[in-house]
Amino acid sequence: MKYIEEFRDGKLARIMARKISAAVALREYRFMEFCGGHTHAIFRYGIQDLLPANVQMIHGPGCPVCVLPISRVDLAIVLARMPGVILCTYGDMMRVPGSQGASLLKARAAGADVRMVYSTLEAIRIAQENPSNDVVFFAIGFETTTPPTAVAIKKALESNINNFSIFCNHVLTPPAIKAILNAPEETVRIDGFVGPAHVSAVIGTRPYEEFAHEYNRPVVIAGFEPLDIMQAILLLVHQVNESRAEVENEYTRAVAREGNLKAQALMAEVFELRPSFEWRGLGAIPSSALRIKPEYDHYDAETRFTLPSIPVADEGACQCGSVLRGIIKPVDCPLFGTVCTPENPVGSCMVSSEGACAAYYLYGRFRNISHQS
Amino acid sequence: MESRIDLTHGSGGRAMARLIEEIFLTAFDNDMLRQRNDQACFEVPPGRLAMTTDGYVISPVFFPGGDIGCLAVNGTINDIAMSGAKPLYLSAGFIIEEGFPIDDLRRIVHSMAGSASAAGVAIVTGDTKVVEKGKGDGIFVTTTGIGVVPEGVCISGDLAQAGDKILVSGTIGDHGTAVMVRRNNLSFGATFLSDTAPLHDLVRRMLDASPRGLHCMRDPTRGGLATTLNEFAAQSHIGMLIMETEIPMKVEVKSACEFLGLDPLYVANEGKLIAICDPAAAPLILDAMRSHPLGKDAAIIGEVQEDPNHFVQMVTAFGGRRIVQWLTGEQLPRIC
Repeated sequence: MKYIEEFRDGKLARIMARKISAAVALREYRFMEFCGGHTHAIFRYGIQDLLPANVQMIHGPGCPVCVLPISRVDLAIVLARMPGVILCTYGDMMRVPGSQGASLLKARAAGADVRMVYSTLEAIRIAQENPSNDVVFFAIGFETTTPPTAVAIKKALESNINNFSIFCNHVLTPPAIKAILNAPEETVRIDGFVGPAHVSAVIGTRPYEEFAHEYNRPVVIAGFEPLDIMQAILLLVHQVNESRAEVENEYTRAVAREGNLKAQALMAEVFELRPSFEWRGLGAIPSSALRIKPEYDHYDAETRFTLPSIPVADEGACQCGSVLRGIIKPVDCPLFGTVCTPENPVGSCMVSSEGACAAYYLYGRFRNISHQS
Repeated sequence: MESRIDLTHGSGGRAMARLIEEIFLTAFDNDMLRQRNDQACFEVPPGRLAMTTDGYVISPVFFPGGDIGCLAVNGTINDIAMSGAKPLYLSAGFIIEEGFPIDDLRRIVHSMAGSASAAGVAIVTGDTKVVEKGKGDGIFVTTTGIGVVPEGVCISGDLAQAGDKILVSGTIGDHGTAVMVRRNNLSFGATFLSDTAPLHDLVRRMLDASPRGLHCMRDPTRGGLATTLNEFAAQSHIGMLIMETEIPMKVEVKSACEFLGLDPLYVANEGKLIAICDPAAAPLILDAMRSHPLGKDAAIIGEVQEDPNHFVQMVTAFGGRRIVQWLTGEQLPRIC
């Protein structure tokens, strides 16, 4: 636990909390942690308890499971139900509700061959072991999980594995931040961003400079340990107080300005930008997602199979969209904790452990109750 | 004898009789079993009887620190002991998959016999079934136990009261971590052993220290500490506040859980108990626990409080506060 416990030290946390309290001025600070990993850590360690009341954390859309629109979940279910198809997916996606309460888990119970995997290479292995089946990997995630998908495609090509393809849903972080900043001013005011850790290890800090320079918002890239997050908040408070807007890197132990060039090259080789992609809650965002390049289209499930076009429609009462934009807190959704729970999720934010609703439900509900009483 | 179980071993014929004779009777040997009836008959001691049953499906069947056999004996003894009862007799049912190595079966049965005799409990009746290859996974064991509760002892999950102290008998997460590390063939430069152990003697010592101070007791197996605390909270209609820094945990278990993405609060234990005690009796009970080898790391980790929402809350080591929720979904399949 060396090099981990140090970042969870309660004594240091109290010192950091005092520094933040001493630094804040008489104003509101509203910071968005973009990444669901940060949201999870904030609740799991009880970080909000260590912050002054005028420092508010707004939970961003950086949860790949949460931002996937229902239509993409529906398409995955269509793929899974095709005869001869084995659909491989990361565990969280199994339970995400599609239209009319359908899910991959239910499709599996009804006879579809859906398998939970921990890596893309496991999906490749399943393809090798089942040569008479078509194995489709349901690829989701931000820039962190994109390079492994590229590796899988290259590996399939090298090993001449022809019964393997990718249903690509990889999305990009910077366009999503931009969409939040371009939203009408009255929706949500954000004074700065806690930037994602693992995503930035791949893309570096440079892509965030636009938000500092053109949108005048400070960005601090932070690791996922609780002291990382506290430190980032302190740096953001300082920037706001000094009217600075810069990209600062708290997570220097893993992130460099240029990022991981090898991973970037791999992504550029295999993927290209989609003109537009639908995000749950954020709507269609231009150049915000990746698709497989034509030269690799043999591995693209969307060209390999004939897929129906499914209109985008989110569930009526579910407020995941507003939660993902930071407009409402999970508890403000009428379904939270009653109709929608981790055991029986209505919206995607309640499914993933990185989802804001799940984090609230699992770790933070006592706060809501005490607010109400 | 053949080297593997086949369908004739479950057919009721001569092969089955030989298997019972050579493996089960030799290992579990006692008067009641030797009568070779389909049931065991015994005198019922005075007092309330406690009875429990449990199925064991753990994979792998042999793991560091134990095997499915000793687990099946200790687990059921512990479920009896958590009522304060002295365990007396066990039954054992085996569902074996065709092709299972007979040497492995012998090893498992010997392990059960060893654990039962060490705990002073007799296995007095049993059953063997064989299923076709592919219809089971090696071996499943079911044990049923019966015991007698001493007079004046009243322990139940619905008896926790605000102000009561919450005690845990030792380090948590050892069993589940040992199984997961073995299952994934991981090596962390440390040895992980299951904590499987019979707890009735530890319980006896706690009851000697304070026969009426113990309100609730349970062994946090599947779902771990977090799940057991939530069960008590729901049963007793109370809330709890625990301190993360007070929860005993081995540093290697903490590290392995970190690596495996598990929360040790939800990881199974097989030789630990949680007790909710009257605050006045808690120090006596804690001392009694610490004087027993199976309770040497015992600690008071928190207390019961009034809470209409029945939340289990925790002050984190980091200094914040959060809910410790029921386990959602399955964290670790087939851990016991």
